[in-house]
Amino acid sequence: MTALLFVVQRASAGVLALAVVVHLATIVYAVRGGLTAGEILERTQGNVAYLAFYGVFVVAVAVHAPIGLRNVLREWLGWKGRACDGALVLFAFVLFALGLRAVTALYLA
Amino acid sequence: MLHVEVWRSADRGRFQPFAVPRRPNQTVLDVVTEIQRDHDPTLSYRFACRVGMCGSCAMVVNGRPRWTCRTRVVDAVTTDGKLRLEPLRNLTVVKDLAVDMVAFFDKWMRARGFFEPGAAIPEDFAVVRPESEERRAADEGIECIGCGICYSACDVVAWDEAYLGPAALNRAWTLVNDIRDGAQGERLDAVAGDSGCHACHTHMSCTTYCPKAIAPTYSIAGLKRAVVRRAVRRSR
Repeated sequence: MTALLFVVQRASAGVLALAVVVHLATIVYAVRGGLTAGEILERTQGNVAYLAFYGVFVVAVAVHAPIGLRNVLREWLGWKGRACDGALVLFAFVLFALGLRAVTALYLA
Repeated sequence: MLHVEVWRSADRGRFQPFAVPRRPNQTVLDVVTEIQRDHDPTLSYRFACRVGMCGSCAMVVNGRPRWTCRTRVVDAVTTDGKLRLEPLRNLTVVKDLAVDMVAFFDKWMRARGFFEPGAAIPEDFAVVRPESEERRAADEGIECIGCGICYSACDVVAWDEAYLGPAALNRAWTLVNDIRDGAQGERLDAVAGDSGCHACHTHMSCTTYCPKAIAPTYSIAGLKRAVVRRAVRRSR
């Protein structure tokens, strides 16, 4: 792993650590008295804070996961080089697109 | 009586059983030597000093990489009296218990694990204060004798044969802390690639098994920080 990838992976891990804690704490707090899909949508629809928080979450995932997967592919399957890196850039875009689609769907619903 | 299984031949070998008498204060190296002298003179293994100075008798004893000269049988044998002796892992086996160390030392060179005085001749002797942070950091890793035990224990070397390994990176770290050295930037570049310090997973096997109680894991952590600092400085 190069120094740049190392730093980016550690930084994204820091963001994810915080984001996952907030995400889980919110779920636990919100469902104490039961929660329907309609009530969830009520809270997320047009909520800029929700959009910003989960937007950051998605970016952190899209950055963090492919770098970790790159190490797994290198070490376990011996797949290295430009083809591997290219596939992982693609994987990052797929993660970003799917995540953003889910976040915006709840924001716009 | 000890039931000893010894690896024979090269990569496609097998374990050969030997029965060796137990003796007081017997080391594993004593056992290997007795097998060669009294049972099978074709057994190949390597040793020199017999007192833990040269590191050439390193082998895998019952699954653990160790100096056989400094390992007493009583500390390594199973409760039912079995010893399994293998060559060091992650290195090409020449024959039986002897491995080819060339790849190991080549990586020391690739990591620039040698002192470089720099182009300009210093005007005076360098003053290296014993209490300085750099000197103390170098001290912690300087006693390595290059036995290859950490290299044999390292999972990352097993996964990526290009990985420089704990010993080479530890040596590089001692030189990063040598204020006299004139190739600091080149050395950090040499250990910064995909198979350099950042590939370390901090499993700490090297630190666990090092017979000199060196902690290459911490040396590698120091290199990671130094490489990142250099990358940040360069990006400004």
